Amino acid sequence: MSTSASPPAIAVTGLHKHYGDKHAVDGLDLQVERGEIVAVLGPNGAGKTTTVEILEGYRHRDAGHVQVLGIDPEHGDRMWRSRIGIVLQSGDDLDSATVTELVRHFAAYYPRHRDVDELIAAVGLSEKARTRARHLSGGQRRRLDVALGIVGRPELLFLDEPTTGFDPQARHDFWDLVESLRDEGTTILLTTHYLEEAERLADRVLVVTDGSVVAQGSPHDLGGRTSHRALVRWREDDVVRERSTDSPTRVVAELTARFAAAGRDEVPGLQVLRPSLEDVYLQLIGAEQAAGTTTIEEVRR
Amino acid sequence: MSATGAPMTTAGGATWSGTAARLPGTLRLGGHRVGYELRRFFRARDAVVFIFAYPIIMMGIFATVFSGSIDLGQGRSIEFSQYFLPGMIATGVMLSSFQNLAIGIAEERDSGGLKRLRGTPLPAASYFLGKVGQVLVTSLVQTALLLVVSALAFRVSLPDTAGRWFTLGWVFVLGTATGAVCGVAFSSVPRSGQSASAVVTPIVLVLQFISGVFFQFDQLPTWMQHVAAVFPLKWMAQGMRSVFLPDDALVMEPSGSWQHGATAAVLAAWLVVGLVAGVRTFRWRRRDDG
Repeated sequence: MSTSASPPAIAVTGLHKHYGDKHAVDGLDLQVERGEIVAVLGPNGAGKTTTVEILEGYRHRDAGHVQVLGIDPEHGDRMWRSRIGIVLQSGDDLDSATVTELVRHFAAYYPRHRDVDELIAAVGLSEKARTRARHLSGGQRRRLDVALGIVGRPELLFLDEPTTGFDPQARHDFWDLVESLRDEGTTILLTTHYLEEAERLADRVLVVTDGSVVAQGSPHDLGGRTSHRALVRWREDDVVRERSTDSPTRVVAELTARFAAAGRDEVPGLQVLRPSLEDVYLQLIGAEQAAGTTTIEEVRR
Repeated sequence: MSATGAPMTTAGGATWSGTAARLPGTLRLGGHRVGYELRRFFRARDAVVFIFAYPIIMMGIFATVFSGSIDLGQGRSIEFSQYFLPGMIATGVMLSSFQNLAIGIAEERDSGGLKRLRGTPLPAASYFLGKVGQVLVTSLVQTALLLVVSALAFRVSLPDTAGRWFTLGWVFVLGTATGAVCGVAFSSVPRSGQSASAVVTPIVLVLQFISGVFFQFDQLPTWMQHVAAVFPLKWMAQGMRSVFLPDDALVMEPSGSWQHGATAAVLAAWLVVGLVAGVRTFRWRRRDDG
């Protein structure tokens, strides 16, 4: 079965959801293809969780068209639920059962579950397999959450802020795990506060503010950042000089030649600057005067 | 490393395109849930001690404080301990069914456990089967312990006819089922997991006092008897008295009869009310969760 023949994993148009007179989701459109990893970024209260929970079948919508794996989540049956995996923001519901007991128990819910021991090894909990969930550290518990979310081999996985509270090593291990899911063809919708995470994992990034999508694209050129002019900066005569350019390579070559002519192999303090994903993101969500935005402004001159 | 720009279209997608695998059956998953619930229950040591020891401790206190006997007239009498045992069985069943589930499910909802389950293909019916199974097993163990201790330590006599054991059976099963179903329904009342026991415990206490658990039922004010007759505990206790007391003791029943028909009717009515209310009001998510 070719991927192009199947419907998109997620298709959302004109999604609306309000609480009282607050519009949590206000005309949001979203499409996720099979096998894609899409990261949803946005400040707290932007409507990310509301949107994701509508897609997961937890909440009703006020208006809009929603299809998840070809089915309206409000009418999702057991078979539909067996095809999606959900990792919610962390709860504290896993108490006295051990890691193995929990994974084995949840595996029983699904028609084609993963091998329990292999899965526990894949999330790095083999040494904790006989430990009760309440005695796990925060990061270990999160990996258990993920194990329970993927035990049924979901076609579509929702990850809601999966690495909050992880140390850097745990975060990198987690990313490797997500990439192995990608290699199996799992479609993933990820919400995160970590731009580094989105940049590392996502094929496509969506920025949501005030309940709608304000920008989307690959993490490399979100907001057209690769097409922004670059800023070349160097030191000369103890003064920092810079030049805004569309062709930084040529500028660097010119500098190299000029300094070489003066008998110097190195251009002191040489930098080529483009706006980072964080710069673009902060500008998109309107965080004025935030640390990185000056770089964009400089580059845009 | 960094992600590629284009959407992935791996062959892995084909993994799922085969014939649809069958979902595990509701009953089978209910069985899984019973095992899982029991394991969790027996690991919560404090709750285990409370649920199993409370009826026995209360029985011990009552048998010690009221060590005499009740005169039934015509030279016959029964021990106080014999009179109170049926009430203790009934109250124990209410604890392990109604109170245990009303508080336990409220806490599961609060901690996000129910929300997690809602995101899996586990059928709601299997979840409830798990709860009912857990309650049946714990109530059975609790009642058996109480009977054994009462017979050995407090010289209470156990039923001597098959008919009385049969009555014990149906009152126990119907009462447990009713308590469990009402507990599920009531679990939606507390606003949070923390407030659950503060909301549930007073109700249980009041019912115990007015239903003939701690006092001789016919000595309560008539209006209190009428109030108690609305709720299941009074009928459970009365049904249990019909099992453990001689028919001479009917002089202490306000109606002069064991009223098995009315007992079955009231318990069944609460079973249906609890079932309907439970199905209509059950929430998988916290009240403040959107």
